[in-house]
Amino acid sequence: MSVTAPDTVTTGRQIPDRLKSPLQRFLASWELLLLGVAIAVFVINSFASPYFLDPWNLSDATFNFTEKAMIAFAMALLIISGEIDLSVASIIALASTAMGFAVQLGADTPVLVLIGLAVGLACGMFNGALVTGLGLPSIVVTIGTMSLFRGISYIVLGDKAYTGYPSEFAFFGQGYVWWVISFEFLLFALLAVVFAVLLHKTNFGRAVYVVGNNPVGALFSGIRVTRVKFALFLLTGLMSGVAAICLTSRLGATRPSIAFGWELEVVTMVVLGGVSILGGSGSIPGVVVAAFVMGMVTFGFGLLNVPGIVMSIFIGLLLIGVIALPRIARQLLAKRKV
Amino acid sequence: MKLWKSLLAATAMAAVAMASPAQAEDKRIALVVKALGIGFFEAAAKGAEEAAKELGGVEIIYTGPTDTTAEGQIEVINALIAQKVDAIAISANDQDALVPALKKAMDRGITVISWDSGVAPEGRQLHLNPSSNPLIGNMIIKLAADHLPDGGDVAVLSASATATNQNTWIEEMNKVKDNYPGINVVATVYGDDLADKSYREAQGLMQTYPDLKAIIAPTSVGIVAAAQAVSDAEKAGQINVTGLGLPSEMAGHIESGASKSFAIWNPIDLGYSATMLAYNLAAGNAEAGPGAEIPMGRMGTLTLDDKNEGAMADPFVYDSSNIDDFKDIF
Repeated sequence: MSVTAPDTVTTGRQIPDRLKSPLQRFLASWELLLLGVAIAVFVINSFASPYFLDPWNLSDATFNFTEKAMIAFAMALLIISGEIDLSVASIIALASTAMGFAVQLGADTPVLVLIGLAVGLACGMFNGALVTGLGLPSIVVTIGTMSLFRGISYIVLGDKAYTGYPSEFAFFGQGYVWWVISFEFLLFALLAVVFAVLLHKTNFGRAVYVVGNNPVGALFSGIRVTRVKFALFLLTGLMSGVAAICLTSRLGATRPSIAFGWELEVVTMVVLGGVSILGGSGSIPGVVVAAFVMGMVTFGFGLLNVPGIVMSIFIGLLLIGVIALPRIARQLLAKRKV
Repeated sequence: MKLWKSLLAATAMAAVAMASPAQAEDKRIALVVKALGIGFFEAAAKGAEEAAKELGGVEIIYTGPTDTTAEGQIEVINALIAQKVDAIAISANDQDALVPALKKAMDRGITVISWDSGVAPEGRQLHLNPSSNPLIGNMIIKLAADHLPDGGDVAVLSASATATNQNTWIEEMNKVKDNYPGINVVATVYGDDLADKSYREAQGLMQTYPDLKAIIAPTSVGIVAAAQAVSDAEKAGQINVTGLGLPSEMAGHIESGASKSFAIWNPIDLGYSATMLAYNLAAGNAEAGPGAEIPMGRMGTLTLDDKNEGAMADPFVYDSSNIDDFKDIF
C-alpha cells in the first residue's frame, strides 16, 4: 500500500469508492435475509414449544452447533479461496483417538490439549502438502484422507472405546464460564470475532478473496497463492483439532465413529452462510447466523419430537430455498428492467 | 423493540401456563432407540404403548436419531431434558459417550434407565437385560428336550470356539443338562458364524451321528445354516434344529418343519417392561438399588444385581403358532 491515494478534495470532484452506501449494501445482503430467517425460526420455535424460551434449554441447544461452527469458520475461508476440506470429521476422529491413546498412557489435561491440536495441525499439513505441493484437486485429496484418517482410528480402536479422561478435561465440553454461558459457546464467540477480523480486516483476508476470485491474477499481483492455501489447510486442521477436544470432552469417550458425517453439516453451514461454493465471496457474520439457524432448527424440531429424518429433509429444503430465492428474485428483477 | 419484548413475554407466559398442568396430569416417558426405522425397535415401541394404555395417564415419546451415533442420541437427550420429560428409557449406541448427557438428565430430576443395549452404571439408574446367561443356557436345551419325550442324541453347533457369548451359554446349558434325563449331548462343533462353514459342520454332524435327533445352534447364523442343511438332506421332521435365531430368517424353516421352535428376546415385551420400570421409578413406586425388586406389569418383577442390572425373562419361544406375527418385525 505504498501508493498514495490521489487527493480528491483539491480537485473539487468526489470520486465514489463504492457503488452503494454500507447501509444500502447491508439491506440487500445475504446476511440480512439470513438474520430474518433466524428471527423467524426463533419466534416460530417460541410459539411451537413451551420449553424453548428457557435459558438453560437454549444453552443446551448451543451444543448442537458450536463444535461444527468452529470448523465452519476455517472452512469458510478455505472455500472462499476456492478449495475444500472434506476430511474434517475424520480429523476429529483421529485427533480424538490420539488423545484417548495418550490417556491410557497417563497423559494429563494440558498434554491432551496439545496432542489434539498437534494431530489436527498435522492432518491439515498433510492435506495442504498434497494439494499445494503436488497440485492435486482438494476435493479428491480430502475424500481420500477422509477414509484414511478415520481408517486409522478404526484400526487402532476396532469396536472398543477409549474412556477414563481426567475430570479437568471435561471442562472444555461440559464446563460453564458464567451462568448459562458454556465454555464452548464462549470459545465459539471468540473464534467468530477472530475469524471475522482475519477475513475482513487483514491483508491475509484480502488475499483469500483474491485467490478465490482469480488465482492467476493473484499470482501475478505478488500474492503467494500456494502459501495462502497451505495456511488455510493448516487452519482448518487446527480448528478440527479444537473441535475434537471439545467434542471428546463433551462425550467423555472416543469411538472411531465419533463425529461421523459432520463434514457435510459443516459445508452446509458454510454454504447456508452465504459463502459461494465456487469460491471468491462470503462472510463470517453470515456463517455465524447460519450456525444459529441450523442449531435452532434442529433443537426446535427435537423439542417437538420430530423424527431426525424429517429434520434432514427440512435442512435440505432450507439450504436450497435460501440459495435459490435471491437468484430467482434477481432474475425476476432483471426481466422487469428489460 | 417494544413489540418484540411484549411478544416474547407473552410467549413465555403462555409457556408456563401450558407446561404446568401438562406435567401434573401425565407422566411422559421417552423411549429412545438406537435409530428410527428398525423393526426391532418399532416392535419395542408397540410394547411401550401397550404398557402406557395399561397404566393410563402415560404419554410415550418414541424417538431416536436417524443413524446409530452417540452424538445423534445426545441431541435427542438434550431435547428431552429441555421438555422436562419424567423418564428416559434408552437403548444406547455407546455405553460411555452418553454418560455425561444422561447424568445431566438425572441431575435435573429425570428417571433414566437403559434397556437392550446398556449404559455404564453411572449414567443410569438400572439396566434391563432381555434375558440372562443361565436362562438362555436352560432355554436352548429345553427347546430340544420339549420335542424329544423319549430322549436322544443332540449336538451343539456354535459360533467360534472363542465367542464369549456362546461359550457362556453352552457352559450354563451343561450345568442344567442333568435336569433333562435321556438328552445326550454328543458333540459341540464350531461354524465360526459363517454360513458356509456352519452348513458343512451341520452336514458333518448328520453323517457322524446317524441317530442325531436335534441340533442346538445358539447363534442366528448357525441356526439358519443348520436348518438349511437338514432340509437339503431331506431330514426335516427327523432332526429338529433349534437354538437362538431371528423370526424373519427362520420363518421358512419353521414352515418346512426343519425347525419346530427356537427362541430369542421378544422386543414387544422388552419395550413393555422398560416402560413399566421407568414409570414405577418416576412415580416413586420403587427405587433402584442392588437387590431391589421392581414390578413390571404382566412380565412379573425385575430383581437387580449389585450392578443394578436385571434380566427380564426367559427368551421368548417362536413356533408355527406365532411366527407369522413376528417374521415381518425382525
